[in-house]
Amino acid sequence: MIGRLVPVILFLALGVLLAVGLKIADHKTEIPSPLIGKQMPEFTLPVLGQPEVMVSHEELIGTPFLLNVWASWCVTCRVEHPVIEELARSGLIRVVGLNYRDEEADAQAWLARFGNPYALNIADITGRTAIDFGVYAAPESFLVDPEGNIVFKQIGAVTPEVIEEEIVPRVREWGKGP
Amino acid sequence: MLPELGQIALIGALLISLTMGTLPLIGASNGNQKLMRVGQTGAIAQFFLIAFSFVILTWAFVVQDFSVEYVARNSNSLLPMQYRFSAVWGSHEGSLLLWELILCLWTFAVAIFSKKLPDDFRARTLAVLGWISAGFLLFVIFTSNPFGRLIPQAVDGLDLNPLLQDPGLIIHPPMLYMGYVGFSVSFAFAVAALLGQQVTREWVRWSRPWTHVAWAFLTLGIALGSWWAYYELGWGGWWFWDPVENASFMPWIIGTALIHSQAVTEKRGTFRNWTLILAITAFSLCLLGTFLVRSGVLTSVHAFASDPTRGVFILTYLVVVVGGSLLLFAIRAPGMVQGSNFAGLSRETLILLNNLLLVVMAAMVLTGTLYPLLLDALDAGKISVGPPYFGTLFALLLIPLAVLLPFGFYARWQEDSLKRLLGELRVPAFAALVGGVATYFLLPTAGGWGVAGVAGAFWIMASCLRYYRERMTANPGQRPGRGETGMIIAHFGVGLFLVGASLTNPVSSEKHLRMVAGDSFELAGYNFVFEGTRGVRGPNYVADEGEFIVYKSGKRVTSLYPQKRRYSNGQVMTEAALDPGLTRDLYVGLGEALNEQGTAWAVRLYHKPFIRFIWIGALLMMAGGFLAATDRRYRRPVSQKAETRPTDANLAEAPA
Repeated sequence: MIGRLVPVILFLALGVLLAVGLKIADHKTEIPSPLIGKQMPEFTLPVLGQPEVMVSHEELIGTPFLLNVWASWCVTCRVEHPVIEELARSGLIRVVGLNYRDEEADAQAWLARFGNPYALNIADITGRTAIDFGVYAAPESFLVDPEGNIVFKQIGAVTPEVIEEEIVPRVREWGKGP
Repeated sequence: MLPELGQIALIGALLISLTMGTLPLIGASNGNQKLMRVGQTGAIAQFFLIAFSFVILTWAFVVQDFSVEYVARNSNSLLPMQYRFSAVWGSHEGSLLLWELILCLWTFAVAIFSKKLPDDFRARTLAVLGWISAGFLLFVIFTSNPFGRLIPQAVDGLDLNPLLQDPGLIIHPPMLYMGYVGFSVSFAFAVAALLGQQVTREWVRWSRPWTHVAWAFLTLGIALGSWWAYYELGWGGWWFWDPVENASFMPWIIGTALIHSQAVTEKRGTFRNWTLILAITAFSLCLLGTFLVRSGVLTSVHAFASDPTRGVFILTYLVVVVGGSLLLFAIRAPGMVQGSNFAGLSRETLILLNNLLLVVMAAMVLTGTLYPLLLDALDAGKISVGPPYFGTLFALLLIPLAVLLPFGFYARWQEDSLKRLLGELRVPAFAALVGGVATYFLLPTAGGWGVAGVAGAFWIMASCLRYYRERMTANPGQRPGRGETGMIIAHFGVGLFLVGASLTNPVSSEKHLRMVAGDSFELAGYNFVFEGTRGVRGPNYVADEGEFIVYKSGKRVTSLYPQKRRYSNGQVMTEAALDPGLTRDLYVGLGEALNEQGTAWAVRLYHKPFIRFIWIGALLMMAGGFLAATDRRYRRPVSQKAETRPTDANLAEAPA
């Protein structure tokens, strides 16, 4: 009888281990992007449509902004677009576009068709800078404070709730949105 | 409206499964025929309800109903039609529904094909399957409803994970689940036998064909997964000891042990408890695999959908099902008096050794898979146990398995002499020597493991062939049946697998390099010329496609077109190009563009000899399993008691 209980006991030990594992896994999902609270990555990239004009991360520091990673081939970006436009129109914060792995002509046509909410659009044709930002798919958005630190990251489309709960309180704290 | 009907069907199936889990058990305990028959009716009704809800989910994908959240998350308007079907199981909710559908299919099959079983036994088996289904349906309905609505409806979907947009992934999950879930039948037979205290030899004979079929499906599922990882992940490897792969491999190993142990129990009446515990373990490992994959406890390249809260539910389910059945085993397993005795050297001993080696192997994989979790739990840092651990231990355990395998073929039940066995095995030993020496001289890069592997493979294959010839020349009445032929084919497959597995790694050559259009590179006698790239457009992706022309001694062998795809949801995927061959694969993967103009590319070239042997071997194992399941013996009615002491004649007929 005792011998036959061995499988049960072994299994219960395994069950305890798995339960502990679940607790850890629960924790894991709460770990934010490693870039949060850090200075944004360095880059020097051309402005979309003006290949001769270069813009670097340094020039963006000073005024907070939302860096919105988008592309003309990205369907979700189109869904997100009205929200971004609304945000830009509200004047709450400057919205900077990072055009991600796109063709210039496609990107221009897209902006012409759906509207251009961006104060500035940076062209990241190779996606190199996006990698530094930890982007793995468009759309993603990064909220950058006046000192150039990334304070919040949104994976997937920005929604009115995200603006209300994550972006507005932070911008209010900085006191003076443009 | 339709998705709601699908949901109602799920709830209806849950009610039926709960009825199936209770009424037939009551009927079996007091001999009430009416209550026992609820099992069959329930199994059939349950199957049609789940099939109905599965069809509804599929339909939502086909017509692109983006008001269903699951559809919106896992497809989009550009997704080609064939992938709309496979997208149904492309993520968590749908794959659980597929799991449940296959469970109902197996239960349905048991209800149909078990007319010869005693009523009470059949009722108990179906009741156990009913409980398994009820638990799973609760899981689906409360944590993973595939029919949840998205309000307001999405404009377009997010698209299916591009890794899953591949023909291999259309059939891999269903086949794997057929295997995984198929072990629920062996499990239900074992639990029913324990409940009714009917652990007899007939019991094993009833459950054997089910085990064979489940095992054959699992073999196919794993082989397809390996093949998919080989060409789709673009790493050129065929097995990564990834937690998800391990999760399917562990039940396979224990299932293999179970098949062998069932053979002994059926033929000789011994190993009864061992067979019971293996049947319980095989299915437990399938559930554990589901838990590991679905809970996010382990990180893996395959972790497509994971969610810790769901993990709590599966863990509870796991504890109830496995803990409960093991406890039942502790209380109800038959006493020590069982079966015929056997000597130190006999087929029984050899199969016992086979079982011990396989169980150690499964324990090794389990330990390696859970070790990082254990360290994490003890806060001892994060590590990942990689191929060095698994590969080395696996190879070490494979040696005694391969060496002993032909002995198991030739050894007689009960008692045998080493002298006679060695005499029988002279020819295979000679074949092994020839194979090893030939490898040593013809493939100088094969190394010790390669030579040993080929020698072992020849040793196994030669004994299969010789044994088959010997058996075919026996008296007509004693010629091998399908069971025995299946056994021989499967073991021959083991030999072929061994050739591939031991030669591919040491003999392969690979090169990662930067290539500009016009560049060429010579690898293993093949000259790869890079002709440049061009843009191509697929239904839901755009891609850079490279063109490589391959020459061997000046003659053109083939053209390969690897792609770097960018899907409409932004994911980037490498689509490797292959030229398959029996003795070698040529494989080209396109990496990143190395300059802005896109003229220079990171390229990976591979020459992979004998890799096809791995999958051909696995397919033979599968074929053997299916063939053995159709043996005439399993169709014999129960009334015809076959419990007479085996004579030498029907011993020879007995496959191991």
